[in-house]
Amino acid sequence: MSVEDSFEYVTVRIGDQLLGVEVKQIREVFSPQDVTSVPRAPGEIAGLLNLRGRIVTAVDARHRLGLPPREPGANVMALGLEEGTELFGVLVDEVGEVMRLKSDTLEPTPAHLDPKWRVLLKGVHRLEKDLLAVLDIRALIAWQGGLAA
Amino acid sequence: MDELIGEFLAETSESLDVIDVELVKFEADPTDRATLDNIFRLLHTIKGTCGFLGLERLEAIAHAGETLLGKFRDGDMVADSNAVTVVLKSLDRIKEITNGLEQTGVEPAGDDRDLIDRLESLSQGHGDPEAAAPAEPVAAAPAPEPEPAPEPEPEPEVQATADDAATGFDADLGRELRPGEVSLADLEAAFLSTPGPEFEAEAETAHDAEADADEDEHDAEPAHVDAPVKAESAAPAPAAKSESKAPANDDAGQQQAHRTQATIRVNVDTLENLMTTVSELVLARNQLHQIVRDNDDSALKTPLQRLSSVTAELQDGVMKTRMQPVGDAWRKLPRIVRDVSQELGKKIRLVQEGEDTELDRQVLELIRDPLTHMIRNSCDHGLETPDERAAAGKNEMGTVKLSAYHEGGAIIMKIIDDGRGLNAEKIRQKVIEKGLASEAELENMSEAQIQRYIFAPGFSTAAAVTNLSGRGVGMDVVRTNIEQIGGSIDLFSEQGKGTTFTIKIPLTLAIVSALIVKSGEDRFAAPQLSVRELVRVGAGSSIAVETLNGANMIRLRDRLLPVIALSEVLNTAEHTSAEDMTGYVIVLEAAGRKIGLVVDDVLDTEEIVVKPLSGPLRSINVFSGATILGDGSVIMILDPNGLAQETSSAEGEEQSDAAAEDAAEAQGANGRQRLLLVRAGGEEPKAVPVSLITRLEDFEAQTIEQTDGRYVVQYRGRLLPLAHAGGMDHFPTEGRQPVLVFAEDGRSAGVAVDEILDVVEERLDLEMGSERPGVIGSAIIKGKATEVLDIAWHMQRAWNGAPQRKGKSSTGRNAVLLVEADAFSRRMLAPLLAAAGYDVTVAGGLHEARDAATMGAEYDVLVGDPAALARLQEEGVYTNVPRLGVGEHDYTQSTDGFVAIMPAGDRGGLIAALDQAARSAA
Repeated sequence: MSVEDSFEYVTVRIGDQLLGVEVKQIREVFSPQDVTSVPRAPGEIAGLLNLRGRIVTAVDARHRLGLPPREPGANVMALGLEEGTELFGVLVDEVGEVMRLKSDTLEPTPAHLDPKWRVLLKGVHRLEKDLLAVLDIRALIAWQGGLAA
Repeated sequence: MDELIGEFLAETSESLDVIDVELVKFEADPTDRATLDNIFRLLHTIKGTCGFLGLERLEAIAHAGETLLGKFRDGDMVADSNAVTVVLKSLDRIKEITNGLEQTGVEPAGDDRDLIDRLESLSQGHGDPEAAAPAEPVAAAPAPEPEPAPEPEPEPEVQATADDAATGFDADLGRELRPGEVSLADLEAAFLSTPGPEFEAEAETAHDAEADADEDEHDAEPAHVDAPVKAESAAPAPAAKSESKAPANDDAGQQQAHRTQATIRVNVDTLENLMTTVSELVLARNQLHQIVRDNDDSALKTPLQRLSSVTAELQDGVMKTRMQPVGDAWRKLPRIVRDVSQELGKKIRLVQEGEDTELDRQVLELIRDPLTHMIRNSCDHGLETPDERAAAGKNEMGTVKLSAYHEGGAIIMKIIDDGRGLNAEKIRQKVIEKGLASEAELENMSEAQIQRYIFAPGFSTAAAVTNLSGRGVGMDVVRTNIEQIGGSIDLFSEQGKGTTFTIKIPLTLAIVSALIVKSGEDRFAAPQLSVRELVRVGAGSSIAVETLNGANMIRLRDRLLPVIALSEVLNTAEHTSAEDMTGYVIVLEAAGRKIGLVVDDVLDTEEIVVKPLSGPLRSINVFSGATILGDGSVIMILDPNGLAQETSSAEGEEQSDAAAEDAAEAQGANGRQRLLLVRAGGEEPKAVPVSLITRLEDFEAQTIEQTDGRYVVQYRGRLLPLAHAGGMDHFPTEGRQPVLVFAEDGRSAGVAVDEILDVVEERLDLEMGSERPGVIGSAIIKGKATEVLDIAWHMQRAWNGAPQRKGKSSTGRNAVLLVEADAFSRRMLAPLLAAAGYDVTVAGGLHEARDAATMGAEYDVLVGDPAALARLQEEGVYTNVPRLGVGEHDYTQSTDGFVAIMPAGDRGGLIAALDQAARSAA
């Protein structure tokens, strides 16, 4: 499979859902520690944390996707990405594997999906057995106007 | 981009700023030779460098400008404002071109013929073709662009001869000189003869030095091809000058070389990186501190202390490299003021003070625009037109003064104009019109509070929108910008006299000293710049948090300071009751007011590195950023401005601002009194001067006994007679009963009320007497008409149990009717008379006295305002009762029936006279 006609994804689990995130969109994967909660912050902001001397804003993907909050002590991982000069960490339940998929298996996001999801998805890949929805992680951390209520 | 061009741009933009300022100065005083010389020199340098770099457009404009300036300089022409305007316009064009150059690396295409024509026409003495009526066609109009050739290899054959000079052929330009035009060589000579007195002030660059060295070389080496040209074509007089000045110029060159070694130009990014690195070092040091503190590792202590002090020095040093005089941000202002004054036809003088005050360049950059905007505003809206000023008896020349000075860890900048001041009434209308506040809300606001609405979003008072300001975004944006950098802005304005804006900004943004506080489980950083003091409250402290109507406050040096739990502001806890507030109150001053923030603990002070918040968090106004502490944890930095706004909206408008409070304090609380607001019979609040109240008590309703129509309660081993301010039938049968205890002449009485609402500080201006017994009158309190309780009357009732207005008292004491409209005198006199053994009934006005007469109350003596008493006499009220006047003796008034008229201050005399009057009555 050539690089041009394919995408590289890292799979993540959020709730029961397996989603793919384009590898080139993220900078690193890390385990978030000592998250300082920010009073009066929007619900999806889990807090701030110190990643090697830089402050990272943790955004909870569960909240953005309208899923119930994570149980205390449950497994959590973060996908780190940089937006301008700001660092964000998107909290997911689990990070799986890296896979390369052909771009022609990508279909547009089904129109009847919950709008909360639809704005955060880039499309859906048809796999042999099931589907892999592609999470647009930039849209997930976008906050101006794009914030779902 | 070519490195040379980069240097040229940096240097030119500085020079242009200086020329801007200098030209405005020069226009004000066209005889100021030193200023003109400086301008001439700077422009010449720009021209020279342009030629060297092959920047044709720039050179052509600079040359034409220099020619014109040369005319001024030689005294051939007098600089008028029109000529200066054209020169300023050329500078603008030069800026435009350099901007384009900066972006693309090449001179943008364009034609500057228009400007050059105007400049040339002026230097030929034709006047400005645009300003004047259509000028005669410019002689040299079709001539090609002047060939830029400053000091490159001149062809030997065109080496100027005396003949050429006579016919006006210029070797350097390679064409005939236009009438009145000065040859390049002449200009060069003139330049060399111009002393450069302000070289010291310039941060000389390596490039400058090179250029200077080049020029010096010209003079030093007669063999240089350029030299003969100069000597010959500039003959006769300028040449002589040039020679005589040459050695001096050499000296200057050497001095400059020394100076060059003393300063270097450093890329801003390099400094920024250095600062970031130092910030990280500070963090690492803090971390080490934490570890040593936790582990008590004494071996590390000494080296750590050393590291600590070196870090601090390094930090200081790096901070210094970032410091710039605030005058750098003011450079453009004289030009702006000049343009504005021309455009608006106003006469404006800009005064600058404290230009040398230094602050962080990052802060400087951030205040530049707000400052420009404010100066424009002051010129445009603040100052009146000369006619208006003359009509108001002011100097036609308006003044805008800009000053800066250090105070604590901050810089205070003031922008003071002597204009018309802010019109609170206009602002009020506008606020209502724009729906920023309701009429009722405004009612309760002081003038200063209303004036502050000019900082509200979408507010603009200018009747006409000019292109200078008044786009309605102004002051709001200014405030936001200033608050974003942790500063604050406030204003003071007096109608007709002017307006003062005060801006307080931190010296630097990168590292601030902060108090680390704890609220619940979380820690927060409070910038020390805004912290006024720390007060311990609750357990183990003499200061407790008290509650009035759900609002918490503490008494701090006889003032009430509203306090609020930090956890409550941050929504991390429910409303905290006063009893639960223990810990510390951080007294913050921000946005012109003081607030008390209750936290559980104060842990530490730390130098913190401020990190900005990411997008989704920036809208939380109570935080200004986040920081990483020594232990590696992230905490939020509190924003005092945001907190002040939050709490003021939570506390309502009774928050008097710190400035007004201070003013009141300074005036000795002139005429202001603290008033207790209560509810008693009816929803409307009623007021009692706090100074009269001995104590506030709270009794179980069941403990109040009724005997013989009188209400009493056991209190401190005695019976305390009670009266209810809302009427005797208002005593509750269960629950609790708040009671105000008053003591007079060794006797106490309690006045019960339904509810204690609030304590306010207001001027007590009794508007009118009252028809109703038990009420002295009404006053405007918190913008509402509020009845003021007649405490003497209620005490009487408590003692007598008799609800009617009884004159001759059953106690056998003489009854006195005090007729006095002035509440202050009344408050002073009533206790005095009572203390002397009289039963005092107070009448706030004439009609109350009349009412008392109608009701058949009897008195032994009338005491009070002589005019009022005389009036009663005329009306036939209490004609046979002796009168004792207190106050000014007005000799035009009849003194019939007066025992005496005593000054209010003579207490002894007053009582003696009263005793005498009472005896005469008996």
